[in-house]
Amino acid sequence: MAIDSEVLVVGGGLAGMTSALSAARAGADVRLLSYKQSTLRHASGLVDILGYAGDGDGPLTDPYAAIPDLPTEHPYRTVGESTVRDAMALFDETLPTYRGTHTDRNALVPTHGGTVKPTARYPASAAAGLASDDRPVLLVGFDSLVDFDAPQAAAHLEAAGVPFEARGVTIRFPGDLRADAKVTRYAKLLDTDGDVSVDGRERSVRDALAERVDAELDGEARVGFPAVLGDDRASAVRAALSESLGADVFEVPMGPPSLPGLRLEDRLFDALDEAGVGIETGNPVVDYECDRTDDGPDRIDRVFVEKNGARIPYSAGQYVLATGGLVGKGVESDRERVYEPVFDCHVPHPGDRYDWFETEAFGDHSFARFGVATDDRLRPTDADGTVEFENLRAAGSVLGGYDFAAEKSGSGVSIATGYTAGRGAVGVSP
Amino acid sequence: MASTPHIAVIGGGSTGIGIARDLAMRGLDVTLLEQGNLTHGTTGRMHGLLHSGGRYAVSDQASAEECIEENRVLRDIASHCVEMTGGLFVKRPEDSEEYFEEKLQGCEACGIPAEVVSGAEARQMEPHLAKDVDRAISVPDGAVDPFRLVVANAASAQEHGARIETHSKVTDLLVEAGEVVGVEVEHDSGPGKRVHGTEGGREEIRADYVVNAAGAWTGRIGDMAGLDVAVRPSKGVMTIMNIRQVDTVINRCRPKGDADIIVPHETTAILGTTDEEVADPEDYPEEQWEVDMMIDTLSELVPMLSEARTIRSFWGVRPLYEPPEVGSEDPTDITRDYFLLDHAERDDLGGMTSIVGGKFTTYRMMGEEISDHVCEQFGVDADCRTAEVPLPGSEDFSVLRDYMDEFGLRSPIGRRSVERLGSRADEVLEIDGPNPTLCECEGVTRAEVRDAINQSGSDLNAVRIRTRASMGNCQGGFCCHRLASELHGSGENGYDEVTARQAWDELLQERWKGQRHALWGEQLSQASLNYALHATTQNRDRDPADGDPVDFAAFDRGPEPNETAGTTGVATDGGERGGD
Repeated sequence: MAIDSEVLVVGGGLAGMTSALSAARAGADVRLLSYKQSTLRHASGLVDILGYAGDGDGPLTDPYAAIPDLPTEHPYRTVGESTVRDAMALFDETLPTYRGTHTDRNALVPTHGGTVKPTARYPASAAAGLASDDRPVLLVGFDSLVDFDAPQAAAHLEAAGVPFEARGVTIRFPGDLRADAKVTRYAKLLDTDGDVSVDGRERSVRDALAERVDAELDGEARVGFPAVLGDDRASAVRAALSESLGADVFEVPMGPPSLPGLRLEDRLFDALDEAGVGIETGNPVVDYECDRTDDGPDRIDRVFVEKNGARIPYSAGQYVLATGGLVGKGVESDRERVYEPVFDCHVPHPGDRYDWFETEAFGDHSFARFGVATDDRLRPTDADGTVEFENLRAAGSVLGGYDFAAEKSGSGVSIATGYTAGRGAVGVSP
Repeated sequence: MASTPHIAVIGGGSTGIGIARDLAMRGLDVTLLEQGNLTHGTTGRMHGLLHSGGRYAVSDQASAEECIEENRVLRDIASHCVEMTGGLFVKRPEDSEEYFEEKLQGCEACGIPAEVVSGAEARQMEPHLAKDVDRAISVPDGAVDPFRLVVANAASAQEHGARIETHSKVTDLLVEAGEVVGVEVEHDSGPGKRVHGTEGGREEIRADYVVNAAGAWTGRIGDMAGLDVAVRPSKGVMTIMNIRQVDTVINRCRPKGDADIIVPHETTAILGTTDEEVADPEDYPEEQWEVDMMIDTLSELVPMLSEARTIRSFWGVRPLYEPPEVGSEDPTDITRDYFLLDHAERDDLGGMTSIVGGKFTTYRMMGEEISDHVCEQFGVDADCRTAEVPLPGSEDFSVLRDYMDEFGLRSPIGRRSVERLGSRADEVLEIDGPNPTLCECEGVTRAEVRDAINQSGSDLNAVRIRTRASMGNCQGGFCCHRLASELHGSGENGYDEVTARQAWDELLQERWKGQRHALWGEQLSQASLNYALHATTQNRDRDPADGDPVDFAAFDRGPEPNETAGTTGVATDGGERGGD
């Protein structure tokens, strides 16, 4: 007897979680299977919709306005602009700690490399750092945290022409953390406001940090730190530092492991729990069985999860494929071909693997668009454009036809297609 | 001679740098000119094999004898650059018995210690060898880091007063009254270490003698004085695996052939190679079939290679030479021996000798011979000492010390740093402040990177070859920006932001280049992650500092203060679960 649900979502990233949430909110009994750690821990925690047009034009001030001009195979064209708005409304309702809801305009957020990135939503922790705000900024880095060099980032921001004065300083984080301490170590210490030893004296880490920064502060109205300011109690950490410094405090989003990305993931899992979604993590879906039909596409009957060497069947009426792209291994390749490993859905790609990329590091790479093609209901289609399975929908970066990195569209596409696939699975057309 | 002769050496590969060290140690004034970074040419593009001579024991016994002699010398003077892995010549059932016997006898004749091991014994040494391998010959092959070796030679030459100019291309030979009297060079960024954005310029360097050791580019230098030096460049591919499938050098025991060697090198294994003549050493096709052949053919020896992850491929060009009268058709038939071409004798043009052909393993011997020749021109009577005096980093380094506690490094990183630095570990690892790891794949810390920047200027590719930072599995995905930050760092490494950004871009492009030949499976996934990290999170593909001005006022500045409370995000959700 298979473990049964109405909707089964395969994949636990932003797209999978959004589709599970929308299906559950529409009243369905939903189960979500997630194999590996989600790629959210690699992501900055910024939620972008569209930062650059298909031809590279940008940064775009209004992400929605550019959607009708995207290529027809782009997932945004498949779901349509108004669905993107509806999906973002679900996100906004679920994540009250995110900002940017008051306007359609993109924000420009400084990132750890010293550039600014266009994004539609940003965590409250990044809000005081917006690049369109003209108040002077002091950036503070820590000498053993190698992913954020504050003086370099400040100089880079000024080279980008930001409308504020930026200055960067590097300080020693109070207490003797090891030179290779992880960002979570800093965050936990600030969360608990633990004592650290400074000049032979025990002090609270927040006080000690504020004191070191205060010595460097020269009237700047805002102070930016690498994104390590707490995990579970991030807002309390910022409030405490802000009060001591008499300046707004913000975080600069960083690369992996990204605390803002992990915080977003935690919040979404909480929302799934509240919505009654059953979640199982740690084991891969390795196979499936389907019912053949004489007329029309096959129906997936069940999938098999490999658990401690056994194959456990899971069945559902509807399935959502949200296993990710090349990074998350929802799309795989060998020397001969590119394929989708769970249901072997067709992935369009050039036959010669030397046509999968360009010679420039930031060229217009074909691989960046690898993923399944779908019909207008997000059901994967084969090479002839025929639907592969009647009851399978795809969401997020397993979809092809868009380059999320160049467009800065990864989160928005995952949310919009996750929303569409989740609601489609319970028969609600968006 | 009234004054010390001044010798200009053209070429910063192993040959040129070996000559520069030798001449400098004999007390001559030396200026070495290299168009790119040290090892820019063939030296930086080899498989890292320290030959035992076994490969040439049948076909070219003179080369084989030189190899085993120099193999022993390098183990001694360059211990921190060499890993004595040992080597096996592996025979599959379809490979010739006669050739196996010839190989064994050849090794004996050349003084190469060689021992026959059974298939089972070979598999005990290397468990991933194919089950049907039936016999093997064990020889003292090893792995050598060409970058580290060349940099150590350069450091030694400098200690003895040599001037080393990188990114300085020779644009002409100065010829007066039938004699070469110097060179004209174009400095990319001013004499000395390379610094982005500093002005370059032309310089005439007068010399009492010129040594042309430009490898595959030797013919081009000769052309400048109307000399015909017919170097026959021959390309070969090398494919780098992400782990060491073998810890011993594995050679296929058969007469010449493509794809017949696997060299364990640091954390990787390098598959090689092909041998195909090309017209231009800078512009030749790099083709898919070559990479596929490495994997498919060498899987016959080590079957797991067919499914293994490769991290990049690169091509090198051998500067082969043979006297024109030999006329070999196939580049694999051209001798690996080297030749001194004294242009006074050969072309009636004094003041210059070219050195052509040869092998990396015998670079020191070539340096010795040409230095003898140069000294003879000036009646200088000085002994060669390069075979006895250890290179910087290899002095008094018989026992690998445990620096973990001393420098607060985690054990694998401490061990690897010290292996790379050898006897220089003390001076390099002692820095003010914490010493975090910058490149996790290769275990490279801030101290090593700063040391490399002090040596080489703002060129991150030069830092890369000195430290191996960005050369591991992730191919710089996680560390390129960290290396750029060290350039921007304080103190003596204080380059400005624009310089650091240019160097960062160059490194990103360089790292992309070789990966292109490994883009499937795991490495395509890795490349997609790197692309996403650099383009999505850092927005480096559309860096506003490099592009058109941005109208910042047109973007969201946050809600008006009276619109929503807490624009700064500090007050709205200060409860227990404030994890935004």
